[in-house]
Parts: sequence; structure tokens; C-alpha cells
Amino acid sequence: MKKEWPVWEVFIRSKSGLDHRHVGSIHATDAKMAIENARDVYTRRQEGVSIWVVPSKEITASNPEENGELFEPAADKIYRHPTFYILPDELTHM
Amino acid sequence: MNQKIYNYLLILADNPLILGHRLSELCGHGPNLETDIGLTNISLDLFGQVRNYLQYAAEIQGLGKTEDDLAFLRYEHEYRNYRLVEQPNTDFAWVIARQYLFDAYHLPLLNQLVGSKDSQIAAIAQKSIKEVQYHHRFSSEWVKRLGDGTEESHGKIQKAVSILWTYCGGIFEETEVENEMSQLGIGANLDLVKADFLSDTKYIFNEAALSVEGVDWSQKGGKLGVHSEHLGFILADLQYMQRTYPQMNW
Amino acid sequence: MYLNNDPLEADFQAKIDKGQNIEAKDWMPEKYRKTHIRQISQHAHSEIVGMLPEGNWITRAPSLRRKVALLAKVQDEAGHGLYLYSAAETLGITRDELYDQLHSGKAKYSSIFNYPAVTWADMGAVGWLVDGAAIMNQVMLTRTSYGPYARAMVRICKEESFHQRQGYEIMLTLCNGTEVQKRMAQDALNRWWWPSLMMFGPRDAESPHTEQALKWKIKLKTNDELRQQFVDQTVSQAEILGITIPDPKLKWNEARGHYDFGDIDWEEFTQVVAGNGPCNRERLEARKSAWEKGAWVRDAALAYAEKQEQRSLKVAV
Repeated sequence: MKKEWPVWEVFIRSKSGLDHRHVGSIHATDAKMAIENARDVYTRRQEGVSIWVVPSKEITASNPEENGELFEPAADKIYRHPTFYILPDELTHM
Repeated sequence: MNQKIYNYLLILADNPLILGHRLSELCGHGPNLETDIGLTNISLDLFGQVRNYLQYAAEIQGLGKTEDDLAFLRYEHEYRNYRLVEQPNTDFAWVIARQYLFDAYHLPLLNQLVGSKDSQIAAIAQKSIKEVQYHHRFSSEWVKRLGDGTEESHGKIQKAVSILWTYCGGIFEETEVENEMSQLGIGANLDLVKADFLSDTKYIFNEAALSVEGVDWSQKGGKLGVHSEHLGFILADLQYMQRTYPQMNW
Repeated sequence: MYLNNDPLEADFQAKIDKGQNIEAKDWMPEKYRKTHIRQISQHAHSEIVGMLPEGNWITRAPSLRRKVALLAKVQDEAGHGLYLYSAAETLGITRDELYDQLHSGKAKYSSIFNYPAVTWADMGAVGWLVDGAAIMNQVMLTRTSYGPYARAMVRICKEESFHQRQGYEIMLTLCNGTEVQKRMAQDALNRWWWPSLMMFGPRDAESPHTEQALKWKIKLKTNDELRQQFVDQTVSQAEILGITIPDPKLKWNEARGHYDFGDIDWEEFTQVVAGNGPCNRERLEARKSAWEKGAWVRDAALAYAEKQEQRSLKVAV
């Protein structure tokens, strides 16, 4: 049998209150082992309080060639940002 | 009294010392990177426990010795570890079987030691128990993977378990010092540890389709300082620097 | 600027020139991909082959404190190998394929690990010099253009920061110790000094990939620049230890603002890279042996996972 262990993406919450963040990947044969391998590899220095693992093949990514249509239309919608609105200087907390 | 606690501490320390040594031999030689890193984590946990026990042992011995004097400069018959943990890294099945059998004993042992009347022992056990819960999880999962994996892996882990099982009797052969420590509420009651060990192994071996029926012979002696041939070679490595270059700081 | 007729490639180069990172799914020239696979995997192989010379001293470490530090360090190298293989995998090659390249001798790894670690002082010298040299390269690579590689390097640099200190502390203890220990330290420096300088690779004039690597920001400094930086910083460290760098030509050059140093034996370098170093055969055999002996284990875990999945499907039905 010549087969590789599947690749899993690893996400770690470094402390409570923060989002899980992608830190890298590991190989594992099942979800349980993936958690253990992620723990052994990526939290040796207390980097985490929670781990997510996802089989890499289950991730659907946007296509960078479509970045124009996906992301550029948001660029000129400056009215979505607070700095768009002109208010008097005396108004300090808003 | 201190001498007795000292002797008891050596039993507690020497098992993780020798098992940690065996695991450390594997660093860089595991079946893949993830497993290599996992085994080394266990080795590091065990050495941490050793240091806690030996620092305390050196302190109550009161002769001004250090953890290193105790770890590196005893004679072979003064090491109190079980024969189980000396057994070599014959293949990955041996590594896993040896680890699991030790963990199945180590976990209930610590479960009792957290309630030790010796506050230092209780504190060390409290810190160690979380590590050992993980070791047990790691090793028992691997016993199941190998037992219920391929025909080849089943054959290998069954063989390793059958052979290593014969070293488990020695773990529960109560010595005088263990008996006394248990009576005083300082040490663990080995009969209770053994009961947990037996139910744990029964459950996991059943899950893993493994059997130890018919293996009723037991190799004894480790705790009394009588070892297998392997320990001499382990000590040749372990003690090499301290023996070759005595009385130096490193 | 340079001339380029391919608009995709021009965009790509413009991005790099602006200091933007290239990510796994972005368009990239095939040569950029191939060069990265080669460089990242070489780097990964160096980490895991590099475990071997130090690994052989773990069981003989002279104190429990040194033992756990060394064990943790060698384990880190396994981790670093893993991060790097993961980065290479984003370029469309599997870790097993990369292992095959290593085991067949097709892929290279750092020549330094083909030298033997014969005394405890070598653990000091390797940490101090070899890790010191590696860190220079790695710090530079945290700003490399390929995102997954740069991020792996950030993590590696964070973890590596104790490695060199660990090695230097070993050297310092030896140098403050007995005559035997001092001699051991000097001997280790004598043996590891020149191979450490070779770690930075051939001279710029003879380095075929340098120009392209700089253009694509795979490298940000040349081999000779990094080598000089290493010599400059190491001289004073040796002085603190009170041991002598084995180079009679080593001398401060006021005009250049750098140390001048003697000639590297490039013939030795070529031979070691070609497979004729003192330990090439042993190192490769050790890697192959671990991999081959682990085959049944990896297969068993896969088979078990498949069985478990089948069972859970049956339960679901």
C-alpha cells in the first residue's frame, strides 16, 4: 500500500477571547489523531487554548484570478467607513 | 523515615528516567514527523517528572547531592525501575505496547499519589497527572490502531504485548518500602493500582482485538535492583559523561 | 526595471517589487514554483537530517538540564522540518514525494550535517555556530516573497531563538571549566569553524542562482554578505569564550569595517556536497531506515481510520 496520510489545516486560538488563526498543517489519518498531532506540533510552547483541524481537501478557496470582481467593488464604498462623515471638531465622542 | 521516603522516591523516579531514556533514543527515528514529535513530548514530560522526584529525593537525603548525582552516579543495582521500561525499542509495536502498559499503571498510581500525605509527592503527582492522561490517550489510541489496523500490524502488536505483559507482574510485586508508604498514606496502594491496570488493559485490549490470555508467567525483580541485561547498556550511555569526566560542571 | 513581454509575469514581478507576498493560489512562473520547491524542501531536509548529529548525544547528555534542553531542541528541528514541508506542499508536491527525493539522493541538504558530532562540546559548537549561521539566513527569509515560506520562517525564528543560546551556554560552561573541558571546546571550534562558513554556500561569483533569487526576493542578501556578517558577529563571541578561531588570516580591516578572513577549502565543500563527506552515507541511511521501518505503522493507521469510517457509515445507515 503506497498511500499518504491526509493533510489537515490547523487553526489555533491562542487565548480565550481571540479568534482561531491558521497556523499551518499536519498529516493525520483521522480527526482524533489530527487534534493530537496539532497539539504535539503547534502548542509545545503554550501557543493555544483551543484547536480546530479541517481536512485540507474540504477547504474551498476563492480564485485569485477573480479577485477583481470579488474585492474591488468594495473599494469605492467609502461611506461604509466612519471617516466619510464630516462632523464638527467640538463633537469629541462619536 | 526520610531514608524510606527517599527509597520510595527512587522507585517513582527511576521508571520515568529509564522510559524517558528509551523514548529519547527514538528522537529523529520515528515513523513520521508527527509521531516523532509526539513521542519526544512524552519523553520530555517524563524527564520533567524525574527531575521533580530526584530534586526532592536529594533534598530529603540531606547529603548535599544533586538530581544529577542521583540520576547518573548510582550503581546498576541501585536503580529501582521495573524491567518493563528497560525493554528495547525493538520496533514501533514494542514502543507503543511498553508505553501503554506503563501508562495503564502510571495513571492510577498518580491518581492515588495526588492524595499523598507527603505534600511534595502530592504536588508532583498533581502536575504529572495531566501529562500522563495525555500519554495514556496517545498510547492507547496507537494500541488500537495497530491492533485493528493491518494484519501485519496486528501480528506485531500482539507479539509485543504478549512478551511485554510478562514484565508487568514485577510492577505489582509489593516491596517492603511500598507497603510501608502505603500504610502511612504517603505511597499508593498497589493492589488498587493493579485493579485499575487490569480493567484498563482488559478494555483496551478488547477494543484492539488483542489477547494476553495464557500469559501467566511474570518476570520480576526490577524494583529490588535486579535487572535485565539491557540496563547495563542504558547506563553505559546515560552515565558516560559523568563517569568519563568525573567532578565537572556541564 | 527589466524587459518582460509576458503580461502575467510582468504583473507578478511588479507585485514582488512592491514588496507584496505571493500566495499559494496566485499565478507564478513555473520556474518560481520549482525553485521554491527545491529551496524549501532542501531547507526541510536540512532540518530533519540535522536532527541526527545532535540526536546521537541525547542519551549521553551530561546532566538532566542539558538533556531536556537538547531533546527539546532536536524535537524543534523535527517541527521546523514539518513546517517547511507544509510550506512546500502548498506548491503542489507531497511530503512523501519530497522524502523520495531525499532518500534517492536527488535532493540536497545542508552539507554541515555530514560532519560527525564526536564530543559533548560539539553540542555547544553546533548550537553556537551552526544555529548561529542558520539564524542569519532564516531571519532574512522571514521577508522572502513566498507567503507560506515566510510565515514558516517567522515561526521557526521564534522557536530557534533558544537554540543558539543553548549552544553558547554549553561552550561557556566548558570554557569556564577544567583544562580537559577547555580543550574539548577548542577542539570543537577547530572542527566546526570552516564547515560553518561553508554553510552560506559558494562565493557569489560562483553561485548560479543568486541573481534570479534576489530578483524574486527568495533571498535578500548574497551568500558572501551573510558569511561576512556571520564572521563579524562571531569573533567577539569567541573572545568572550577565550578560545581561538582557527584562522591565522582573521584580522579586523578598518577600511572595510569588516573582518578579513582566510580562504575556504572549496574542494572540501564540493566533495561533501557531492556525497563524500565524513557522514553522508550514515545520515542518508538513518533517514531511509526510519522511513522504511515506519511504513507498516503508517499503513496500519490508515487502515484503522478506513475501518472506523466504514463502521460509522454502517451505524448511520
